[in-house]
Amino acid sequence: MHRFANPARFQTLANAILPWTFGLTILGFGLGLYYALFNSPPDYQQGESVRIMYVHVPAALMAEGVYVFMAVASAIFIIWKHPLAALAAKSAAPIGLVFTGLALITGSLWGKPMWGTFWVWDARLTSVLVLLFLYLGYIALWQAMDDATKAAKTSSILALVGVVNIPIIKFSVEWWNTLHQPASIVRLGGPTIDSSMLTPLFLMITAYAFFFTTVLIWRLQGELAQRKLEKIFREQSK
Amino acid sequence: MNSFLTLLHRETLGSWRQGGSASMVVIFYFMTVSLFPFGVGPDSQLLATIGGGIVWVAALLAAIVSLDRMFALDVEDGSMDLLVLTPMPLELLVATKALAHWLNNLGPVIVITPVLTLFFNLSGEGFTTLMLTMVLGTPALSFIGAIGAALTASLKRGGVIIPLLVLPLYIPTLIFGAGAITEALNGSAVETSSLLYLAAISTFSIALGPVAAAAALRVTME
Repeated sequence: MHRFANPARFQTLANAILPWTFGLTILGFGLGLYYALFNSPPDYQQGESVRIMYVHVPAALMAEGVYVFMAVASAIFIIWKHPLAALAAKSAAPIGLVFTGLALITGSLWGKPMWGTFWVWDARLTSVLVLLFLYLGYIALWQAMDDATKAAKTSSILALVGVVNIPIIKFSVEWWNTLHQPASIVRLGGPTIDSSMLTPLFLMITAYAFFFTTVLIWRLQGELAQRKLEKIFREQSK
Repeated sequence: MNSFLTLLHRETLGSWRQGGSASMVVIFYFMTVSLFPFGVGPDSQLLATIGGGIVWVAALLAAIVSLDRMFALDVEDGSMDLLVLTPMPLELLVATKALAHWLNNLGPVIVITPVLTLFFNLSGEGFTTLMLTMVLGTPALSFIGAIGAALTASLKRGGVIIPLLVLPLYIPTLIFGAGAITEALNGSAVETSSLLYLAAISTFSIALGPVAAAAALRVTME
């Protein structure tokens, strides 16, 4: 694992897999959107509006997943002091923030025709809003600190403190009486969605995942380039 | 035990002297609560319904306002370097400071709350639940806040970012605290479970908050 702490070695790996993740992202979205918009049935109750699910559900899954990724990366940084781990968490945070915002907005737009309201303060929506705030706080802490190592360590601690929200989000629909529907995919007894809708959903989830990987690698490369620049400037000013 | 008491004594003296936060916090709390009737109108029925929530939000804000003094002042003038060198474990140091914060800043807030319930026409049942939630839930505010204070201890303008870090972590406490009062006012019996959850959050944060905050302090003290 520490092999890839060397930025040059990481760059070789990144450059090797980047075209693949980028291609698979395009392919995934192409296929997924085709299936979602054209090759899947309308819902018997919701009609065509159900197709927002193919944007909303992957965004919400990724919002939680990216935070777990950040928490794991932060833990790796704190325990093993792997330098790229903290940068990976830093790079992932804005992507997760956008996914969370997308989940909230698409969910809100879906809620208006389905529930009759843009917003309701039930457990699921509230806990995802808290996730949005946690992302914002994490990003703000990175920017507030001047020393890069201190920023990495304090942000890692913050990410780990906030991870307690993730099980709350996941189980909020079971622990409380919520307007948001209960779990339909990751539950005991298997998914309750028919395969005609499950296929486009999984395609979209895969597309979102590859999108995350591609943008993460871009951002990590950007972070490493910035560090290199700062080092050059520091040495020039001596 | 001796160092724990000495530190507690030092923090208490510091809070109540000139330049300490305790008196400012309780006045801020009083004023914030008084603002809401101006904002929402004097309808006493409405105020009785939302009174518990307003008092809780104001207590939250009062806790946050005094958080940046917990560690930053000591880091600035170098006393934190000395405190870290004592045989006292850093987790105990953080816990003592958080306890001192609760006693000196939130203690007066709790004491003055009965007066404020007059503003909101809060009934007997709602009043007792409010006081119970404040006693059970405000320790969580100090101990979770200690994490935010420790993370930003070395920043020049740390006070500005502390609300951003700490408010998402406060939200469960607020939900259960204000929720218990609403349930009590509606006459339902489920307020006990909200109170138990509130006590659980407080216990959890008293146990684990100092661990996270001590880790953060070690980073800032390097």
